Amino acid sequence: MSHNEKLLNDDCHNSRRGFLKKSVAATAIALAPNVIVKAAEDGLDEKAAGYFEKTNIKLTINDIDYSLSIEPRTTLLDLLREQLHLTGSKKGCDYGQCGACTVHVDGKRVLSCLSLAVMQEGKHITTIEGLAKGDDLHPMQQAFIDHDGFQCGYCTPGQIMSAVACVREGHANSPEEVRQYMSGNICRCGAYNNIVDAIIEVKRKGGTI
Amino acid sequence: MEKFFFEDDNNRVTGKAVVTGKAKYAAEHEVEGVVYGVLVGSTIAKGSIIAIDTKAATKAPGVMKVITHENSYKVPGYDYGGNPAKGLTGGKGLQVFNGNTIYFAGQPIALVIADSYERAVYAASLIKAQYNQDVHATDFAEMGKSVIAVEGQRYKDNIRGEADAYKNAAVKLEAEYIVPNEVHNPMELHAVIAKWGADDKLTVWEKTQGVKSAQRSIAAAFKLKEDDVQVFAPFVGGGFGSALRTWPHSIAAVIGAKMVKKPLKLVLTREQMFQLVGYRPYTKQRIGIGADKDGKFIGITHEADGVTSMYEEFTEGTVNVSKILYQCQNVTTRYKLYPLNLSTPTWMRGPGEATGCFALECAIDELSYLLNIDPLELRLKNYAETDPERNRPYSSKFLKEAYQLGADKIGWKDRDPRPASMKQGEWQVGYGMSTGLFNAGRGNAKASAKLYADGTLIVQTAVSDSGPGTQTSMTMIAADMMGLPVNKVTFEYGDSSLPPGPTQGGSTTTSTLGSAVYGVCFALQNKIIDILKTDGTFNKTDLKVEDVSFTDGGVLLKSDPAKKRTYSDILSKAKLNQLEVSDDSKASEQMRNYSAYSYSVHFVKVLVHSKTGVIKFDKIVATADAGKIISPKTARSQMIGGVVGGIGMALMEEAVIDNRFGKYINNNFADYHVPVQADVPEIEVAFVNKPDPILNPIGAKGMGEIALIGFAAAVSNAVYHATGKRVRDLPITLDKIM
Repeated sequence: MSHNEKLLNDDCHNSRRGFLKKSVAATAIALAPNVIVKAAEDGLDEKAAGYFEKTNIKLTINDIDYSLSIEPRTTLLDLLREQLHLTGSKKGCDYGQCGACTVHVDGKRVLSCLSLAVMQEGKHITTIEGLAKGDDLHPMQQAFIDHDGFQCGYCTPGQIMSAVACVREGHANSPEEVRQYMSGNICRCGAYNNIVDAIIEVKRKGGTI
Repeated sequence: MEKFFFEDDNNRVTGKAVVTGKAKYAAEHEVEGVVYGVLVGSTIAKGSIIAIDTKAATKAPGVMKVITHENSYKVPGYDYGGNPAKGLTGGKGLQVFNGNTIYFAGQPIALVIADSYERAVYAASLIKAQYNQDVHATDFAEMGKSVIAVEGQRYKDNIRGEADAYKNAAVKLEAEYIVPNEVHNPMELHAVIAKWGADDKLTVWEKTQGVKSAQRSIAAAFKLKEDDVQVFAPFVGGGFGSALRTWPHSIAAVIGAKMVKKPLKLVLTREQMFQLVGYRPYTKQRIGIGADKDGKFIGITHEADGVTSMYEEFTEGTVNVSKILYQCQNVTTRYKLYPLNLSTPTWMRGPGEATGCFALECAIDELSYLLNIDPLELRLKNYAETDPERNRPYSSKFLKEAYQLGADKIGWKDRDPRPASMKQGEWQVGYGMSTGLFNAGRGNAKASAKLYADGTLIVQTAVSDSGPGTQTSMTMIAADMMGLPVNKVTFEYGDSSLPPGPTQGGSTTTSTLGSAVYGVCFALQNKIIDILKTDGTFNKTDLKVEDVSFTDGGVLLKSDPAKKRTYSDILSKAKLNQLEVSDDSKASEQMRNYSAYSYSVHFVKVLVHSKTGVIKFDKIVATADAGKIISPKTARSQMIGGVVGGIGMALMEEAVIDNRFGKYINNNFADYHVPVQADVPEIEVAFVNKPDPILNPIGAKGMGEIALIGFAAAVSNAVYHATGKRVRDLPITLDKIM
């Protein structure tokens, strides 16, 4: 192994998760029953960590109240997709660089891949699945269909959630302004022109969205 | 042909599923008891694994298995114990967990399987590998120096007429052009869910542009009967070529599912998307082009040095564009391939033709200034009326019309043709144009159709759709053939157990599958006629398809439209619940005597800031001869999308390797820039929209590739016109203009 290689490998082990685990273990020694502290001392720390790493939270998603027990390292996006099967919110990068995971938290657009689920206690979350009222599409959803604001459709839920917020924020007054305020949502198929048209139409029609 | 009048501005039939978040992409199918796999990649670019310490990972909570080359299930179709030094394979991909040889950084060395995604990610971080590190080759500058080209028949010079004839021309140009590594980066991360059922039957939800090709690849690897592998891909979140192959991570997922006896889900990270699912290979090209004083081409020499991996040859049609795009008697092409410690490239939108057209179409622009002939005029002077390579006519060619449409819309003749002559305040103004072409093909496909008493129609075929709108155009063809409204037609696809459809690639889906859908509807019409002939309805035992109209309500006799039979009547008289037909669609024999290409023309007007070199688009016009346009709305979107991809290629996309480590340093969306909203102006699209009378019965050619091909050259040419500076290496970043 080269020197550089060793450095890289060592780096690997100072991961965020490693830090979290150690912190949890430290707290554990103060608070936990003896049996678990003993287990940690016996080299079963990984297994022990598993017991501690669930936290109870309550939050509301698409007007439904949830009471959940989750690991603190779980992102809001992974909670939605992997545990609640709300797969409308998409994972495109996992680093907040593409916008595919955009949801509304208390009415504001938020990147769910950069949000830890445990930090959403008491929050009201709206995902693409909660935007339509029954069979009635939200005007932005209909406008995306009418203007062909997508091709593969993968970035679309994030685009629509951003677009709704963009109008609500008052940032949809011109195509140029829309382009600026929608630049956090990548569309690799390149439906950008049509997305602008959809948003401008919804804005022009007015009404509460 | 009279029936084909696709004037409807139909919305995409998948619209509602997409905008409500109900559309299910590969990783999103709910599979009971699914566990999570995370791939660990090699941290070196060349060498071998001495040891992998998996103890900590195996001990971590929720971990069920850690798979490495030491304990992997032996894939029956793999060649274990093979000699890695024996040379490159022609199209046999990396065999995952087969041996300890490392060919590139990021090569999968372990698969960690746990009961939750978080646990699998964490455990993967605990894997420690020790390597015997070797000196890797990832530096493009070493190609032709320390890195030696692959030898073989396909790398021999190709000479038409006189070799390197351009050298003797009155006016000539020699220039070198570079296209860097670019990465497809569809928005959906490549993902797979693999589930073994009873009797070794396998179900796979896969991100793939070809459910049948994925089925074949997986069946071959695991030595299963094709029917025992079912691949689903109802929605595919973009591909652009990256999902044309079944990559090693998918095989790894199937291995993992086998070893833990549970369904397994594996999703690549965005970083892994740079290493494991192909890329457009770096290519250095040299063009030599010569013309007489009137601008007639005397000779073109096109040389390309491309990149491949250490284990597989990947070649593409980069230099072929110079053989076919213009009338020129003497064309010499040379293509060399250099293996580096990178993964295998793959076709990326427009593939080699996009790379090749960048060089050729820039060179022609450069030559036009040397000749003092308008760049568009120069192209028209050398317009190929017949295929210069195969000496045969085109099935159709309306490139001149596409030139004219674009030139009018951009205001080509109103510009001042002198370089660096036009200004708007601090911005220098430039116009540029280019041509693109791509083979228009038609392959084999099978489709089936079922007509029900209520007049609803189901058409089925095993194809997947990564975005162009195949469901929509196929639905429209079927609706048009049967006179039904679009909402009475359901197009079922994305399942390998349906009648075999094509892989969605190479701009052939509409031509190939559209013909099959046309064919199956034609068969259905004939079946209805057969029933009507015998049941006495119209009192015509010699009734023909041409005698009737197929409508929403049923079948009408053209000569007496009052005579009508509903589908319900027809089925009940024939004592059938439904009418079912299928059709095997094959390319026409007649096409052997023709060449078929689709063409695009891109015109751009750029603004280049005189102090900062910032490039903005003022106007973009994209025109195409893509044959008959089947679905106008989605076709326009596909053209716009190709231009957006072209903006990325022209101005921003480059996967940069740090050669000290042999690794990408910008393998994420913050550092590998793709166009965002603010980068993209309004794009105007115009189609010639004339049917190809020979290629297929629907008149459509192809569009996916040409939408992008040539665009980067138009931008480079416009930047030259604006500034007088010629940028020959992509992307055209402002530092190259300053």
